[in-house]
Amino acid sequence: MIPELGHFALILTLLVATVLGILPLLGAQRNDAALMALARPAARLLFMLVLVSFGCLTWAFVANDFSVTYVASHSHSQLPLVYRITAVWGSHEGSLLLWGLMLTGWTAAVSFSRRLPDVFNARVLAVLGLVAAGFFAFLLLTSNPFERLLPAALEGEDLNPLLQDPGMVAHPPLLYMGYVGFSVAFAFSIAALIGGQFDAAWARLSRPWTLVAWLFLTLGIALGSGWAYYELGWGGWWFWDPVENASFMPWLAGTALIHSLSVTEKRGAFKSWTVLLAIAAFSLSLLGTFLVRSGVLTSVHAFAADPKRGIFILALLIFVVGGSLCLYAWRAAKLSGGGKFANLSRESMLLINNVLLAVVAATVLLGTLYPLLADALHMGKLSVGPPYFEAVFVPLMVPVVLLMVVAPFVRWRGHELPALVKKLLPALGASLLIGGAGAWATGTPSWRTALGLALAAWVLLGSAQLLWGRLTGQGTLMARLGAIPGSWWGMWLAHLGIGVFIIGVSLVKTMEANVDVAVKLGESAELRGYTFTLDKVVEAQGPNYTAMRGVVRVSHDGQTINVLHPEKRIYTARQMPMTEASIDAGIFRDVYVSLGEPVDASTWVLRLYYKPMVRWIWAGCLLMALGGLCAALDARYRKLAKIKAPA
Amino acid sequence: MKTRHKRFILIGVVLALLAGAAALVLNTFSDNIVFFQTPSEVATGKVPQGRTFRLGGMVVAGSLVREADGLSSRFAITDTAKIVPVRFTGALPDLFKEGKGAVAQGKLGPDGVFVATEVLAKHDENYMPPEAKDAVDRAHATAKTLK
Repeated sequence: MIPELGHFALILTLLVATVLGILPLLGAQRNDAALMALARPAARLLFMLVLVSFGCLTWAFVANDFSVTYVASHSHSQLPLVYRITAVWGSHEGSLLLWGLMLTGWTAAVSFSRRLPDVFNARVLAVLGLVAAGFFAFLLLTSNPFERLLPAALEGEDLNPLLQDPGMVAHPPLLYMGYVGFSVAFAFSIAALIGGQFDAAWARLSRPWTLVAWLFLTLGIALGSGWAYYELGWGGWWFWDPVENASFMPWLAGTALIHSLSVTEKRGAFKSWTVLLAIAAFSLSLLGTFLVRSGVLTSVHAFAADPKRGIFILALLIFVVGGSLCLYAWRAAKLSGGGKFANLSRESMLLINNVLLAVVAATVLLGTLYPLLADALHMGKLSVGPPYFEAVFVPLMVPVVLLMVVAPFVRWRGHELPALVKKLLPALGASLLIGGAGAWATGTPSWRTALGLALAAWVLLGSAQLLWGRLTGQGTLMARLGAIPGSWWGMWLAHLGIGVFIIGVSLVKTMEANVDVAVKLGESAELRGYTFTLDKVVEAQGPNYTAMRGVVRVSHDGQTINVLHPEKRIYTARQMPMTEASIDAGIFRDVYVSLGEPVDASTWVLRLYYKPMVRWIWAGCLLMALGGLCAALDARYRKLAKIKAPA
Repeated sequence: MKTRHKRFILIGVVLALLAGAAALVLNTFSDNIVFFQTPSEVATGKVPQGRTFRLGGMVVAGSLVREADGLSSRFAITDTAKIVPVRFTGALPDLFKEGKGAVAQGKLGPDGVFVATEVLAKHDENYMPPEAKDAVDRAHATAKTLK
């Protein structure tokens, strides 16, 4: 009964979304207040309905209702409760429902914003309603999670063991929160295009929404990277896999968008560019969903998938991209204007940043889609390897980071070059020295390490100098601290995060070490001064798996620093093996052990990794997300009085 | 200099950046494309030696041998028509099984043995890599046309 309730709620969702997508839009065109007034309650009702539906599916999982096909194929009565709940988004249908929940959640959140003029609000909510209508039609027609199984299964087929992990609790919701959050920036831009109104208010209003979406996406990607690092047992943190790229492209477009929005808000410039980026960020999110859910690409993330679904998403994607670009072409003439600026100015710096980020996103897009294109054109099946992405990404990002440090020192409208050079030359010189000395100190100097460290030093020194400039001068220190706006802290923290991230990446790339060794019980292996002694391998019993658990004593300089327990598990329901790595984590290095195959009764293969500074990669991402939070909470966005509706 | 001329400098910088990026992409792209080959294509000898490619198909049942060092392994990949022997050093993915689909990346040695540097993991035992499926489908299609 409850699954039917959930199914029914989904059908109602589609109806309400269609109403929300059409009537307020008509109301806005005809200036009919009654129709426009529908938008807010409809948006909230939409969210409630999806919440009910999502709750019903969760209930089916918690209650082990194996008469629901989706539950029967992705759960098991012995699955621990927390994974029965996360199994809701463990596969295609449920993760799409989560996508829909996020979309309607963002829609409902926008409906509570009292700062938007009624006409604009009606249009924004209607655009989100249209997206939701397309999306829930897709969900109901191709991927209904409430489909019944007759006769009901006696036992479920279990959740893929890979997904039985704490990472599964937070990674998909955070990632989707970010992905789908760009729909708000998209809806703002489309609403502005329809109305032909592009003032500073439009940019200012969409900034906090975009920032929040961006910060969630940042967290989601970082968490996914961390999860892959420990769960896949390969010790890598980024593989340039199509599915990773799928989340990275909206991030790049979103990063460009939050910078472009700041120019549009403060100086009224870059309007068309901002609109295009908002369209691009959301389209890339949809494309990401298509890539992940259609199974068209060979990916380490690929799960069994139905290609028919891909075609539906592709159609939705073409509709969204094509429709918004047509609208853009029609209205672009209204997008002119904006303050003048000199060649050396904050505006030009942000322009170059935007061009570079867009180019990076395009190169990633090329590498990700080229195999699909080649296959479609019968040019043979092929893949584009990580070396391509690395070879293109690094040289393009170096100028981005270089300019990122300079830009905050440059004034809007114009700046004198000699003054700027004089101000930044000491930091530049010091960074080059630090880069060279640092690379030499690693023992295996390479120009890559030197470049990475010099860039990181440039970011950190530049950030320090920037803060110093803010804190010195007239007034007390506290008064000066208090005067710094949240958006400045956001910029400062996020840029600092990039510096921390670069330190992590440069050092882990050049100094990491790993070895696969066959070790007899009681004997040991060495890696970078660490001794790993395999004391024993014992059998262990988990809630729904059996495991061979290695007991590996790790010592350094003759002292035991930790005892690690890497496992080789067999999940009983699917008889599926899983390697569970064990990590001694530290600020400056991780020591990572994973258990391989037994060679004979008393010898096992151990995979040992030494990963210096790997945590700095994720610490950098956390700083970026924190920066996003600070900027989104800027008092400016809250104090803003309601903006007057156009006459 | 007139304002308009000054603006050309900025436009020039942007264009130079774009040109640089395009050159970079063109330069690295073709070197890093990894083609996919089926065992039948390898058997015809059309596959260039010394170039990295991906080999996909099913792991031949009973072919998996783990060497005494515990690290190296030998197995064979088939598209049901032809068989290619594969040598690999490193830990095989958890879901690597005889009789199931697999994709390996590496180079063909002069002795006809495919030396894999990577065996692609899959995350779901029901999942068949599209390349492996394609190899088997193509072999079946060829077999039908020959009948």
